Amino acid sequence: MSLDKTDVENIAYLARLAIDENDIPEYAQDLNNIFNLVALLSDADTNNISPMAHPFDAKQRLRADVVSETNQREKFQAIAPKTDGGIYLVPQVIE
Amino acid sequence: MHTKSLSELSAALHSGEITSVELTQHYIDRIKTHNDTINAFITLTEESAIEQARAADIQLQNKTAGKLTGIPLAHKDIFCTEGIRTSCASKMLDNFIAPYNATVVEKLNQAGMVTLGKTNMDEFAMGSSNETSFYGPVKNPWGTDRVPGGSSGGSAAAIAARLAPIATGTDTGGSIRQPASLCNLTGLKPTYGRISRYGMIAFASSLDQAGPMAHSAEDAALLLNVMAGFDERDSTSLEREVPDYSTTLNDSLEGLRIGLPKEFFSEGLDPKVAEVVNAAIKIYESLGATVKEITLPNSDLAVPTYYVVAPAECSSNLSRMDGVRFGHRCEDPKDLNDLYERSRGEGFGEEVKRRIMIGTYALSAGYYDAYYLKAQKCRRLISDDFKQAFNDVDVIMGPTTPTTAFKLGDKTDDPVAMYLADIYTISTNLAGLPGMSIPAGFVDGLPVGLQLIGNYFEESRLLNIAHRYQQVTDWHQQTPENFK
Repeated sequence: MSLDKTDVENIAYLARLAIDENDIPEYAQDLNNIFNLVALLSDADTNNISPMAHPFDAKQRLRADVVSETNQREKFQAIAPKTDGGIYLVPQVIE
Repeated sequence: MHTKSLSELSAALHSGEITSVELTQHYIDRIKTHNDTINAFITLTEESAIEQARAADIQLQNKTAGKLTGIPLAHKDIFCTEGIRTSCASKMLDNFIAPYNATVVEKLNQAGMVTLGKTNMDEFAMGSSNETSFYGPVKNPWGTDRVPGGSSGGSAAAIAARLAPIATGTDTGGSIRQPASLCNLTGLKPTYGRISRYGMIAFASSLDQAGPMAHSAEDAALLLNVMAGFDERDSTSLEREVPDYSTTLNDSLEGLRIGLPKEFFSEGLDPKVAEVVNAAIKIYESLGATVKEITLPNSDLAVPTYYVVAPAECSSNLSRMDGVRFGHRCEDPKDLNDLYERSRGEGFGEEVKRRIMIGTYALSAGYYDAYYLKAQKCRRLISDDFKQAFNDVDVIMGPTTPTTAFKLGDKTDDPVAMYLADIYTISTNLAGLPGMSIPAGFVDGLPVGLQLIGNYFEESRLLNIAHRYQQVTDWHQQTPENFK
């Protein structure tokens, strides 16, 4: 497997990361080196092995469906880049 | 004052020999003198520290103080601290003032401890040398041209240089144990789920675990007593009673069965490091332990498995850094995509971007089975190796790291070489087991750590095993020449 310039651009887009055009060859090389390391996994025999997502295969704990948090909008929005009247502002999405 | 153990400091505070304000001021003065040299702290919280110390002194006078009341500590800058910048060593969170406390911070505050400041680290805990920090690298007090390890490098350097008596750290693939090893400290990564992750900025949620970093097992036990326990705010926190870790420290090691995985002593291990580790194991034999060689046949899979699982989880966790609700936002975004892409592109450093990209690719349509699912299956193989091993032995021992502290800049151009610095620590996280590193000696003036891996919830046993060694050795009491 070898990732080229277009692959790196696609991955960066999926991850919503602006990367410098000049840095793409280096990213491609680094990612390829890392995936070469990862390629070792394909030799492992994992037939009949179940995937492990959690060390104790724990189940999600559930709680009663009652309000447990208080509204702290002002406190949380005090650290937001841009808000107005309790709303987070982003560039216009819908014309 | 700064060479005393936590128990000694506690006794001095309770007897009135010193006040918490005096002790706190002493450490603040030391930080101001030495931090320029080692860059261990990102934020010094002098004002609130003195305030906390005053409150502690009142409790000490009222005789309502606990064992740790009035003792200063430092927090890795990954733990949210209300009203105090919590940067995770990233430009992305350079302006982030946490609106709440992590459970760990809350508990240690409740215990009366005094927060000196927030320690430097690899950006979002991604690194093994503390060189990916937005605030610059941390220097190792044992050789300031060398790395302290990472990602909890600031906490490690701060304790080693005696700028804090103890500190918190986090460990996703070795981030407590590896810097503990390189800085001559005792570091413990508990069983996954033992300590709450609430308010600890997430890197790889199925691997992240907080723990104490200290000079001795005795000190680490005292901090773990407060840090450990169930928290309903962390969905992966385990409902299990917390023992008093201090009461079993002196238990006998007679008949202790030590397993030495042959994979940890093979090619790649510096022979001088091996010599120190073998000498430490000899000491355990003299304390009544028996030693046998074991095998963890899937050890080769640990690093590659980790570099799928951890980046996959990080790419998902870090999607919350979007320039909308908190953190860095780019200037004049032209549309929503531009806002996301430039805020993230500007806010994240190179290593974080690399890992987000690896994770994004591994989780993308068509590749999920080949990478993420395959890695999770390999994770099971690695975990099963340990299960098998613990049928025959009580504790697994080996080196924490293949070499002593390497030079700053040595591995920054080669991510894969950097990843291999965690070759002996990563499998413990994948299995969710508790692991420790303790000071075991020196090679050419640089510290060597002995790693101890226990079965699930065997933190007491690990601390006991470490403590008995520290009663007959004094490696853990050494202080680097320029920080005495």
